[in-house]
Amino acid sequence: METTIDETKKPFFSTEKKGVDVKGKFFVGITQIAVFLIIAILFVILGIIVYQGHDRFSWEFISSFPTDGMTKGGIFPALIGTFILVVVMSIAAVPFGTITAIYLTEYAKENSKIAAAVRFSVRTLAVVPSIIFGLFGLGFFIQFLGSGMDKAFNGGELHWGQPNILWASLTMSLLTLPVIIVSVEEALKTIPRELREASLALGATKWQTIKNVVLPGSVSGIMTGTILAVSRGAGEVAPVLFTGAAYYLATLPKSVSDQFMNLGYHIYIMSTQSSDVEKTMPIQFATTLVLLILTLSLNLVAVLIRSRIRRRAK
Amino acid sequence: MKDIKIQVNDLSLYYGEKKALKEISLEIPRNKVTALIGPSGCGKSTFLRCINRMNDLIPDVKITGQMLVEGVDIYDKNVDVVNIRKKIGMVFQKSNPFPKSIYENIAYGPKINGIKDKTQLDEIVETSLRQAAIWEEVKDRLGDSAMGLSGGQQQRLCIARTLAVSPDIILMDEPASALDPISTSKIEELVHELKEQYTIIIVTHNMQQAARTSDYTAFFYLGELIEIGKTNTIFTKPEQKQTEDYITGRFG
Repeated sequence: METTIDETKKPFFSTEKKGVDVKGKFFVGITQIAVFLIIAILFVILGIIVYQGHDRFSWEFISSFPTDGMTKGGIFPALIGTFILVVVMSIAAVPFGTITAIYLTEYAKENSKIAAAVRFSVRTLAVVPSIIFGLFGLGFFIQFLGSGMDKAFNGGELHWGQPNILWASLTMSLLTLPVIIVSVEEALKTIPRELREASLALGATKWQTIKNVVLPGSVSGIMTGTILAVSRGAGEVAPVLFTGAAYYLATLPKSVSDQFMNLGYHIYIMSTQSSDVEKTMPIQFATTLVLLILTLSLNLVAVLIRSRIRRRAK
Repeated sequence: MKDIKIQVNDLSLYYGEKKALKEISLEIPRNKVTALIGPSGCGKSTFLRCINRMNDLIPDVKITGQMLVEGVDIYDKNVDVVNIRKKIGMVFQKSNPFPKSIYENIAYGPKINGIKDKTQLDEIVETSLRQAAIWEEVKDRLGDSAMGLSGGQQQRLCIARTLAVSPDIILMDEPASALDPISTSKIEELVHELKEQYTIIIVTHNMQQAARTSDYTAFFYLGELIEIGKTNTIFTKPEQKQTEDYITGRFG
């Protein structure tokens, strides 16, 4: 049988030049503009801060006290105050958050009402505006707990019933609790079921399994959660507004019942309440730069640890 | 007259409403290898996991009937499931070593049981690794991570880990199905050696393996026990037609 090539038939793949896909190009264009805008805005903000703040930014700035009505000098007490704040906050939040995460992943039954209530509370806590935490701290920790402690231990003399590091840290720990719980849970979930089964099949109790197999695997999640919590705790201002942050202190705090200075709060008062806003402008920018470097680098470390956790999950 | 290690009376298992095991009754003889065979989904693995109560971990599971080990019903309320699992060990289909060193993997069980003395632990680790025919391969790197071993080695490590708690009964859920032929034959050799000391129940979808390694074979189908008997008999003169159909490959 002869096969003839039918010249009038269309070829399988067209070799003609195709038309322009207008709609497609339009959408790609819009997304490209959006990406560019976001990056540009970020660069502008960072650029302004670095440009305005890098003059004052020096080792001396970080290590000395403010002077001359806070129009000169450094931010050392604010840095130390923020540091103490996040340390005490972590001591309160990390064990509490870790235990909650362990409960949710290891102990809670599928349809447990208690577990559902806990999860709901954690999610809600995560979206509460930070000023509400501040008000709660004032009302519950300072006015209720603190005053109560004064009545019970100091015969009514005012000691705990006022703003200090302890109450501010506890308030901040409530704010950062959700992020710790979520990070630890995420790490716990990457531990395969087979490992738990292997342990139980050897005659280990549930607690032994958690202690020897699960917890060691959750360390990276605890680290990520802690770093993220510290990064937020260092930057948030509203929770410490009325619970412990002070305008100016001549000395560093000596105990948790002292007040403290705080980086974020310092930026706020510098730009709104200082004696000469023009003069303090460089300080404001430099302080902002310090805070930015702090929180950005903390977040970067947390992201790196988290991506290692996710790679292990695969 | 054979020596009975496990006596199962009318054991049924429900996943919620679904009845996955239907009134299973059988006897497992002591110090022999009993193979459980059957097509996918017939309930042989589910049944195996009933023996060391691993199905307790699954929510919504209900178990009725009796499972008597040396005369004691392991599903009795007064029995501590943790103790059962020390006497009835399990090797899983996919090897699951802990992300710890080889030594720590084997020492895990004894440590859980309260053994702290290093010399004792060292001895248990060596004995178990020898019994699992892997001592020579790892004796110089006990501190290395178990995750660095090959698939076949990891599975033998898991067997050693199970042996370290001195169980009476060893349950094996398709222990060689993820392994190459050479590792598989090593495992089968191991099973043959171990039955001197232990009672072994092995689930396998590989009929040749069942015929090679076991003394007794039980054929499961759709949650029911169809037939159980001496391996030789099952594979040459089965009583039930279903058994014969499965053996000859007409289905499965």
